Order: sequence, then C-alpha cells, then structure tokens
Amino acid sequence: MSLPIDITKTHVVHQWKHDRPLIACRISPDGQQAVSSSEDFSLQLWRIPGGEKTVLKGHESWVHALCYSPDSQQLVSGGCEGSLMWWAVRAEAPALVRKSDAHSGWIRGVAISPDGTTLASVGNDMLVKLWSMASGEKIAEWGGHERHIYSVEFHPSGNQLITGDLLGKIHVWNVADRKLERTIEGTPLYTENKGQQAEYGGVRSLAYHAERKELIAGGTHKATNPFGAVHEPLILRFGWEDGALRKSHACEGIPGGLVWRVQWLKDGTAVGISGGSTGGLLLFFNDSQEKEIHRFKLPSLARDMDIHLESNMVATAHYDSHLRISVMNA
Amino acid sequence: MGLAHYACGSREHGLNRRQFLQRSGLSGVAGTAIAGGLGSLTTGFAAEQLKAQDMRLVVFNMHGGLSQLESWDPKPGTKTGGPCRSIPTSVPGTHVSDLLPYTAKQMHHLCVLRGVNTSEDDHGKGAYMMLTGRRQTAAAEYPQIGAVAARMLNDESRGLPGHIVVTPGGGGGKGNEAAYLGPKYSSISLGGSKPPPNTTKPDGINDEAELRRHDFRRRLNAEFLTRRRTAITDAYTHSYEQALRLMERRDVFDVSKEPQADQDRYGKHDLGRQCLMARRLLENGVSFVQVTHSNYDTHNDNFNFHIEQLGEFDKAFATFVADLSDRGMLEKTLVVVLSEFGRTPNINLYYGRDHWSKAWSIVMAGGKVARGAVYGKTNDEGTEVVDGKVDHGDLFHTYLQAVGIDSTQSIAVDGRQLPIADPAAAPVWKVLT
Repeated sequence: MSLPIDITKTHVVHQWKHDRPLIACRISPDGQQAVSSSEDFSLQLWRIPGGEKTVLKGHESWVHALCYSPDSQQLVSGGCEGSLMWWAVRAEAPALVRKSDAHSGWIRGVAISPDGTTLASVGNDMLVKLWSMASGEKIAEWGGHERHIYSVEFHPSGNQLITGDLLGKIHVWNVADRKLERTIEGTPLYTENKGQQAEYGGVRSLAYHAERKELIAGGTHKATNPFGAVHEPLILRFGWEDGALRKSHACEGIPGGLVWRVQWLKDGTAVGISGGSTGGLLLFFNDSQEKEIHRFKLPSLARDMDIHLESNMVATAHYDSHLRISVMNA
Repeated sequence: MGLAHYACGSREHGLNRRQFLQRSGLSGVAGTAIAGGLGSLTTGFAAEQLKAQDMRLVVFNMHGGLSQLESWDPKPGTKTGGPCRSIPTSVPGTHVSDLLPYTAKQMHHLCVLRGVNTSEDDHGKGAYMMLTGRRQTAAAEYPQIGAVAARMLNDESRGLPGHIVVTPGGGGGKGNEAAYLGPKYSSISLGGSKPPPNTTKPDGINDEAELRRHDFRRRLNAEFLTRRRTAITDAYTHSYEQALRLMERRDVFDVSKEPQADQDRYGKHDLGRQCLMARRLLENGVSFVQVTHSNYDTHNDNFNFHIEQLGEFDKAFATFVADLSDRGMLEKTLVVVLSEFGRTPNINLYYGRDHWSKAWSIVMAGGKVARGAVYGKTNDEGTEVVDGKVDHGDLFHTYLQAVGIDSTQSIAVDGRQLPIADPAAAPVWKVLT
C-alpha cells in the first residue's frame, strides 16, 4: 500500500543506467517491471524495484511506441523501421513472440484496448491499423489523417479510438465500423513556420479521463524557430462531449520544451513530461488555472514518462541513458 | 578597334563593336550596341568553342546543411546512425539512406563523394566556399559557380539569362554573386513555377508605342554612355535588354505549359515545381540553374525534419535525373547536390544534429562525371574522412571540368589574370571521365 499522493513531494527513488540515450518507457500494469527503448535499437526490461536489466534485441531502428498488455504478460513495441513486435516479457527468458511488418515508415504510437484483445498502431504512413493481440492478424486499416499520426489511445469503453497528428487534428473513430465520428481541433499544437518552410509540433500524446470526461493533448507551441528548438511546452484540455477547449496549460521559462507525453492522475491533475534546454521536468496542472500548479525538475533531459497510478510511481526515460523511477509522495 | 568609353579608361574593358554584335546575336538591330565590357574577356580562352559544347549545370542547394547520415552516407546501427536505415541502390554494393528510395533507383547515374572536409561550420562562410570554391577573405570577392557558368557557357543568342536561381518565393540571388565578372552574370531569381515578375507589357500600351519607348531609352542611354560608361551602367543597360528578351520568351518560365502528368510526377509542392522549372529552363538553353531547397538546419528534431524535407526532395530529384537521362540531356548537364556543410554525427539532446564540416558528402551526376560511383570514405561512425578527402576548392575545379571548362585557366580582368578556380586546389580527376 503506497502513501497518499503528494505531487509536491515527488522525488527520484531509483536510477538505472543503460549504455546509450533512452527514447521511451512504460511501466507494466502490475508495477513490477518497466521497459525502456534506446538509441541502440534495443529494449531494456527493468525489474522493479531491483533494477535488474534484460536487453531485448530485434528492432532495426529506434522504438518510440511501447505498450504493455493489461495482464502485464506481453509487451508490444513499434519501431521506426515499421515493425511491430510482440514480446513475452514475463517468461523466464523474455523473448520475441511475433513480428509484423506493419507500417511503411515510422510507427509512432501503439495502444491496447481495455479488454486486451486489440492492438491499435499508427505511423508516418498516415494509417490507423488494428491487430488481434491473440494472433497478430491484421483486423483493419484505414486512412483519414493528412499528416504523420503521432499518437493513439483507446477510449475506456473500447468502442472509440482517438488519434492525433502533426496538424493538431484529433480524430475520434468508431472502432466497430472505422468511421470518423468527429474531429477535435488541437491546432495550437501545430506550427507552420513559413520562414523556415517547416511544419512542426503536433499531438505528441493523448490521454482521456473517464470520470471527468476530459481529453488532454500534449505537444508544443510558440515555435518561432523549430530548427533551433525555440518553442515551449503546451497541454490542451478539452471537454469530451463538446470537444471544446477548456484550458491551455502553458509553462513559462522552459525554452526548447515539448511535452512528450501527457497522463492523468486520478484526481484530474494532468501531468506532462517536458524536455528542453532546462532539463527534464514533470509538469502538473489542475483545472483551476492554466499555469502549472507544480513542477518537478529531473536530473537530466527527459524524453518520455509513464505513471503507475496504484503506486504513485513515475518512470522517466532520459537522454543521459538513465531510466529513473520517481514517486509522488514523501 | 573602337574602344568603349569606360570612366576608368581601361583598355581591358574595350569592345570591338563588330565582335560584340556577332557574339550577342544582335547584329542588324539598330541602336543596341551596348553590352557588358566583360563580354570581351576571352583572350586566351576558347569561349566560343566551349559554348559550342552546349554544356549546362544545375545545383541543388540543400540550404541549412543536409545531414549526410540521413542521405548519402548512412551509418545504420552505429552510435551516430540515428533511426534511419540504409537501402540498396541500382548500383550493387552502394547503399543510401532509406529516406531516398526513389533516388536509390537512379544511383547508376550518380557519383557520391563521401570525403568532403571543408573545415567551416558557419552557414554564410560555408555557403560562400561551396559556391565559389574559395575561402572568404576581406581582400577579394570571387564569383559563384552560377556566374562562372553563365560567363563561360551561356549562349546569349537564345535570349535567356545564363544564371537563374529558383526558390519557393523567388528570393535570394542577392549580393555580389558575380564578383569581378560583373553584375551581368548575377542571378535572376524565380519563384517556383512563376515567370519573372513584371514581364508583361502594361495594359494600354500597344506594340508601336512599346517600340518607341525602348528606342527613346536606348538613345538616351547611348548619349549618357558616351561620357559616363562603367561596368555598372552596362549591367543596368544589359538588364533592360535582357528584360525585353525575357518578355518575348516569357512562356519558357511557365511550368503550367508542361504536361499535367509531368507536374504530377514531380510532386505538387514547391520543390516539385522548382525541379520541373529547372528541366524546362535547361531544355530551353539556360546554362545554369540553382534550385534551393530549404531547410535542413536541423539542430532540433533532425529526423522528423529530414523525413519531411527529403520526402519532397527524393521523388522530385530522382524524377529530374531520370528525365534528363531519358531525354539525352544528362551527357550535357552536370547536376550537383550540395550544402554549406553536413551535420554532426553526434545526436544532441533535442534529437538534432548540429553543424559538421569535417566529414560530409556531396553528389554529382551527368556531364563528364563517372556514373554509379562512390569516391571517398568516412570512418564507421562518420566522424572523420579516412579516404578520398576533398574540399570546396577541389569540388569547384571538378564542377568546371565536368562541364568542359579547364579550371586551371585564368580570366583576364582589368589587365590581371585571375585564376578561375583556386590554384591551391585541383580537380578530383578520379571521378571525371
């Protein structure tokens, strides 16, 4: 039984080092394992709390997309080479179960349905794909985005899929018939910098809060010089029913900041992980104000995070090759 | 021999009227005896013979600094390789980045130089070096490759400028690009698929009135130039005459005249239209075209931006090279893909790459360049050149040699013999046929 959550007491309890900079990370639903991906193409399984490491090799490029099955037995990873890989991560010798050449180009996001039966994947080919978790067979695929798709999440009902792209378009799809139900405009997350002839930003992450019926989308804004990392982190908070923007959670003093991932705490606090020239920051927002209510500075620039709500634990993947485990209590 | 009356009185600016009229193709046209004095600077140089070869040059300027690791010299699976992979090409054993799948199929036309070391990480200085073949100094200005090509290769009788820069918005082309060659050889900038601005006759002016206007202007100019002639005034006058010829050949710049199927093949974006424009200009005899693709200065999010930018470049460039080959133009056209420098092998904390001039790549195709070749090599992580090191000076020589210009020769300017390329450098003979 963990202590009550207190975000102001957040602190690092473990830091485990790999050989190369990390990219992404997740904590298993049972809280006993974490996984990270690295610039050396490998995945690293970390036993919690001991930190024993098992390296998984198979991808031929970087891995940005990771997701555990609800029972914590399987891990699915999506690589920039376009492959989906299913891993048996609780076997005595964790190993690859299945591989699928799933997308043309980078896979940006994967999500598993709440009942654990269906995997969704999205990528640079601008396609949304559904897969059977049991067999790995493709169930469906469809288009509809006009730019790279960066993020994907299932609605807790399992009946809807939410995807976000570079343009800031957040599409809500009916899983049964693959029809587009509606689009929520996250355009503040998108910058077309005509001077640099570049498009930048996008919906880097999405999270839905079932009780509050709110959706948050993370990314960046004020991208006056995208090539030079001049931009600031931004989280948009939407009402789910009407798709209306309720809050623009911006942060000052984080040059080069971008919210790589957003997640919810149970009480409706939105949490974002930001990188930037000031390092890695966990940013906390509630619905009473647009500015953050708390920020926790991590020891190094962070690129991803995952929150384990039952234990108030946060895993963060860092440029300095560390996976760090923090807890949000005393 | 009748000397033109330059304010400086130099004989080197002199121009035999008959020679000028023959060269400019304007003999028989009354009142047009005006041209750049530099048009006469052919002494000791077989300019007419060179122009008869009808060679052309195209530069793709990958503005900001294309990453060699995401293009011509991938290092997949290494510490510096990043997420991109390498793919085989039409030349067995030669691989390029997986961001260039269409270009990979044209590799048998290309020559990759992987050993470029220019030792200059500043944008402006690097661009100057790559376009002039010299390091920038306070003591001298040197002409860019486009100005040299226009000077040496362009057949003015075609009525088209010899030095054209195509950018999405029509900008660029400013500054002293032609240096001692004179402003006549500076570039004309085109914006994407559009003809030069202000090249239609004003409404309400008929042909007869138009002729009278220009005749009046010429007479005034001629009167003025008898007393105050300089290379600059010649350039102004030349600009007017060139503009008139441009108006007559305005259709050359209209990409919409190209078949719709070609417009589709090149891609419906700025670079696609720029490449199609370049093909159209070359087919009509323009000696030098620079296509600028921006931007590759990816200190932040290098990989996403290279996916975005090379996604445009790859198909448009591959289509361009294939078309030149299919149309029999590649033998007569040198294509160069360059930047001001490459990008760091090290991946920074923003997933970016910074400036790196110690080990990077350029590409050539056509002209007298070897086909399907790779010259030079970097080490396993791409941090150093280990074989076939070349610099900007060597490359400048090589470009000129590849279009039939003896780069070891000089041009006479104001009585001085100015080496056309840096005498301290030399052509990369191993990539020339």
